[in-house]
Amino acid sequence: MIHSLFLINASGDIFLEKHWKSVVSRSVCDYFFEAQERATEPENVPPVIPTPHHYLISVLRHRIFFVAVIQSEVPPLFVIEFLHRVVDTFQDYFGVCTEAAIKDNVVVVYELLEEMLDNGFPLATESNILKELIKPPTILRTMVNTITGSTNVGEQLPTGQLSVVPWRRTGVKYTNNEAYFDVVEEIDAIIDKSGSTITAEIQGVIDACVKLTGMPDLTLSFMNPRLLDDVSFHPCVRFKRWEAERILSFIPPDGNFRLLSYHVSSQNLVAIPVYVKHNISFREGSSQGRFDLTLGPKQTMGKAVESVLVSSQLPRGVLNANLSASQGTYTFDPVTKLLSWDVGKINPQKLPSLKGTMSLQAGASKPDENPTINIQFKIQQMAISGLKVNRLDMYGEKYKPFKGIKYMTKAGKFQVRT
Amino acid sequence: MTDSKYFTTTKKGEIFELKAELNSDKKEKKKEAVKKVIASMTVGKDVSALFPDVVNCMQTDNLELKKLVYLYLMNYAKSQPDMAIMAVNTFVKDCEDPNPLIRALAVRTMGCIRVDKITEYLCEPLRKCLKDEDPYVRKTAAVCVAKLHDINAQLVEDQGFLDTLKDLISDSNPMVVANAVAALSEIAESHPNSNLMDLNPQTMNKLLTALNECTEWGQIFILDCLANYTPRDDRESQSICERVTPRLSHANSAVVLSAVKVLMKFMEMLPKDLDYYGTLLKKLAPPLVTLLSAEPELQYVALRNINLIVQRRPEILKHEMKVFYVKYNDPIYVKLEKLDIMIRLASQANIAQVLAELKEYATEVDVDFVRKAVRAIGRCAIKVEQSAERCVSTLLDLIQTKVNYVVQEAIVVIKDIFRKYPNKYESVIATLCENLDSLDEPEARAAMIWIVGEYAERIDNADELLESFLEGFHDESTQVQLQLLTAIVKLFLKKPTETQELVQQVLSLATQDSDNPDLRDRGYIYWRLLSTDPVAAKEVVLAEKPLISEETDLIEPTLLEELICHIGTLASVYHKPPSAFVEGNHGVQHKGLPGSAGSAESESPDAVSAGAATEAPAAVIPSQGDLLGDLLNLDLTPPATTGPLPHSGGMQMGAMDLLGGGLDSLMGAGFGAPPAAMPPAFSAPVSGSLYDLFDLDNGVGMPLGSFCPPKTVWLPAMKAKGLEISGTFVRHAGVIQMEMTITNKAMSVMTGFAIQFNRNSFGLAPAGPIQVPSPLSPNQNIEVSLPLNTVGPVMKMEPLNNLQVKKTLVVFLFRQVFLATWKDIPNENESQFQIKDCHLNSDAASNKLQSINIFTIAERTVDGQDMLYQSMKLTNGIWALAELKVQAGNPNYTVSLKCRAPEVSQCVFQSYEAVLKN
Repeated sequence: MIHSLFLINASGDIFLEKHWKSVVSRSVCDYFFEAQERATEPENVPPVIPTPHHYLISVLRHRIFFVAVIQSEVPPLFVIEFLHRVVDTFQDYFGVCTEAAIKDNVVVVYELLEEMLDNGFPLATESNILKELIKPPTILRTMVNTITGSTNVGEQLPTGQLSVVPWRRTGVKYTNNEAYFDVVEEIDAIIDKSGSTITAEIQGVIDACVKLTGMPDLTLSFMNPRLLDDVSFHPCVRFKRWEAERILSFIPPDGNFRLLSYHVSSQNLVAIPVYVKHNISFREGSSQGRFDLTLGPKQTMGKAVESVLVSSQLPRGVLNANLSASQGTYTFDPVTKLLSWDVGKINPQKLPSLKGTMSLQAGASKPDENPTINIQFKIQQMAISGLKVNRLDMYGEKYKPFKGIKYMTKAGKFQVRT
Repeated sequence: MTDSKYFTTTKKGEIFELKAELNSDKKEKKKEAVKKVIASMTVGKDVSALFPDVVNCMQTDNLELKKLVYLYLMNYAKSQPDMAIMAVNTFVKDCEDPNPLIRALAVRTMGCIRVDKITEYLCEPLRKCLKDEDPYVRKTAAVCVAKLHDINAQLVEDQGFLDTLKDLISDSNPMVVANAVAALSEIAESHPNSNLMDLNPQTMNKLLTALNECTEWGQIFILDCLANYTPRDDRESQSICERVTPRLSHANSAVVLSAVKVLMKFMEMLPKDLDYYGTLLKKLAPPLVTLLSAEPELQYVALRNINLIVQRRPEILKHEMKVFYVKYNDPIYVKLEKLDIMIRLASQANIAQVLAELKEYATEVDVDFVRKAVRAIGRCAIKVEQSAERCVSTLLDLIQTKVNYVVQEAIVVIKDIFRKYPNKYESVIATLCENLDSLDEPEARAAMIWIVGEYAERIDNADELLESFLEGFHDESTQVQLQLLTAIVKLFLKKPTETQELVQQVLSLATQDSDNPDLRDRGYIYWRLLSTDPVAAKEVVLAEKPLISEETDLIEPTLLEELICHIGTLASVYHKPPSAFVEGNHGVQHKGLPGSAGSAESESPDAVSAGAATEAPAAVIPSQGDLLGDLLNLDLTPPATTGPLPHSGGMQMGAMDLLGGGLDSLMGAGFGAPPAAMPPAFSAPVSGSLYDLFDLDNGVGMPLGSFCPPKTVWLPAMKAKGLEISGTFVRHAGVIQMEMTITNKAMSVMTGFAIQFNRNSFGLAPAGPIQVPSPLSPNQNIEVSLPLNTVGPVMKMEPLNNLQVKKTLVVFLFRQVFLATWKDIPNENESQFQIKDCHLNSDAASNKLQSINIFTIAERTVDGQDMLYQSMKLTNGIWALAELKVQAGNPNYTVSLKCRAPEVSQCVFQSYEAVLKN
């Protein structure tokens, strides 16, 4: 199981270590640093690194490497999932997960790690339970604690820990009972030169924020549940009911949680909400290249495409780009060769465009690689897969809760080849 | 007010200051001080000097302070064992606290203090906590047993904690069950033969029930445990599959992958025509695809596993090619894995899209990735015949880009395409030749030279091309030199008139000016062939070559089967059996896929013996790949009875592990016999009986002056339904032979003997079929001698106690070489042994050792001691050097052994002892 954990920042310093069994010398991280040196980018450091006596399994989040040391055969996914859970918990507790935040809260971090893992076995990883054991630091609580000398460690055994619904504590009380659900879909797509779709898939999630008194039992049904053939549920969802009736039936955790995530694969037709007309070309023997890019909406069901951001890694030979944008602003970093264009909202009447020239090194040959264009966007009030919630019902409690559903579509890895 | 303030005390006397604060009367001040101490500890500062002061803060009713002190204790108790004792009383008291949180915390912390003295005090509280009324305490205590076992295994066994732990599997609380399973699995890992997880249908049922209710982590432990079970029949297998399938929809990817493992394994048992089988196949695809939309680290592990799954059951993902398309900002490790899987999934149906993608990738920036993409195009050509032409034209397009590494890579794969489809695409050679000058990598140069030589008759200026390479002959790498030599000889055989000069030049370069023995030897062979019999030379050099196989990098099927049983583990990430690399895990038991009823697939002996009660397939061929298992796997498969029964009748044969029980075994025998004559299950593997297969004690005659160990019983009749085998290994005139006496002690006749060797350290394999005059009537015995060779697959085995020194080859080492080698081998590899009570003088000893081909290279006398320097080479090519110290009048010899593979030392020493003493 997980032996030790080292946190390493971007400059390669180990700024926190935690051991759950015997102490492993931090020199074990040298193997990690070696691998890091070999990889050109931090993202390319392999997640599993063998050393003579241990294995190092790492994840990179918020520019911090979380490196777990293990000694025996352990499922690597288990370790990676756990590390991501640790990061999520830190984020949950401190708002951000940065080196500064971790150092500022080092004692809470230590308490959390101790609570999450015992001898390498996960102990309590549900955020609800953790929050009962160790109260998150808030300004108010810190002040109160300083004055009264009380602690931020829970004195009681968390109530949910061992019940049949371990994700929910008992005795929840709210004056305003409300349940909000966000259907968020991300499109991953690769579009080829000619504008046809090579692959497109949708990763969807339904995130919930449920603040309901007592032990409510909710059911959520969809207009078109057949879309959801590949789903992963929060443990609270009753799987049998879903199998039989395609209805989500569950006792929700208290607060924010992810109810389900789903995947609509390339087998189904996926609508592509934007199109790109591009002409990025270099001529042999010329030190100039042409750059011409126009964006337009497509299959958006009348909704506006917002927060559009276009970025592209231009070929290494490009020295500078002299462009003009019809709207928004663009930047070009001559060192990393990253061009990014903050477009904002697409107006269908006046399509945004970015045009101009790129200067190449004099005498250099025409670059071989074709830059790929990465696009980010958001579309409010629409789930691109067409998924729609039919109704939400509550059983088990008497009051009438306030309910709300929001839809949103975002670009995930949306790439256009040129 | 943040914790960073705790880091800021950099003044002198920091420890002193902290000490004062820790002893303060004010609670708040104390707590702040402890926090400072913890903060220092987290960044690796040594604050162990404060041990007594911190421990003094332990007795408090403030839970946070208590927790902090516990944190400190866990870190430093090891370095201050005597002080740590001070804490014991508080621990014991806390274990009785009315608050379950505190009870659990105390027992948890105590387990983390790795001090022997403390563990003694831990036993009583732990026993109570294991039976605590509160499940939270029980589940914490379960993990504590694993901790304690790690510190002191004996203690845990003596105290009977293992049984208590086993009882917890039936606990009413699923979380407790999960933790008990996790703890038992961890203990079992360090204890291979303990049979801790006794899986039977009842426990399976309990685990499956707990599976639905416990936390995600618990589900992982339980699923991994379920995967070790072998169902009785396909119905049980199906019902387990049905209960595990819902886990595929879990949000935690580790749960999903563990569930995939269980399903992949148990699916083997399902008949393929069952509807459920098809349903299950369909259900497996979506979760695997979903894993690919997770974080890159998860994707990587998932992809490595999908690579295995695709090799075993390509049908699962055959329609999902698109999800493996590479995104340009994927990390490189994900890109390379995706590419691999794309090739595996390539088929006639999707080859057009795949090629378009691959071509796209070949223009990317990352060099490694581009190279692999180009290579992938070549592999597609070889795999999907219909696409070969398109692949070749794609490669030609890429060559036109003139990007150096793309061109070189393309030429290397085109060579492979030529080998798969000879005389089909020669038209492209002209284009290739244009790029001759840009090739600077040995592999590409060698490939190009091979092409020129192979098609010399169609290339007008082949001689000029090859001549141009010849200019810098000595600067080329060996690969290129060898290829050039062969190519020119081919050219000469095809166009003898114009190239005589060239061939002479290359032959002299290869034989006279080169100091590479391989090159020289090849040169001489060609020279002699050409000068004595050009016709023969033509037959040899221009012989028709076998076509290269379709997929070159498939994992060997038996290894694949084992890896499928380890989906989701490190083994699956590295594509190596777990025994090959996980440290401290020498007792890993191999897992084999269970056989599907009614099909004659090969099975591993483990699976068969475990599932012997089920309908066994007609003929059992224990798979060779029981990788670490047995040295020899005798597969004696006689037909059922004396009567001419149809083979498939009700005949049951099981393979059986002669020596079973993990790695001690030297030999396993699979044998069959009529079902009526014996009880259906003979599952218990025999252990130990062959342990000393090569134990060379008590001398028998030495034929031809060489030492021959006596026959020992390898397979006692009791264990093998009446078949007894005893045998030994001897070396006659340089040929290793296995001599066996086979005795039929059963009531009925045995026929149809066959033998099969598992892979072993020495590459031993039978040189011919075993000759047993059958039938063998009851109580008859026969002597069989089976010549062996050493060309079989070599596989390192642990332990190496099956080493045989008498098989050493004739070797003579010059003194200088010996000294150089002796110095060359690092000192860590030296081991010393004492041989007691040996009354030989040095000459006699030397002669005796020579009989087993250990040669004395030098001898000298220092201070009345005779020093013999000896060398030996094992058949698997391992050298061992020895220094034997013999002192006149002292019966104790000292042997110092140096060897690059230190594992063999013990065995060599045993051989020394055995030979010298008889």
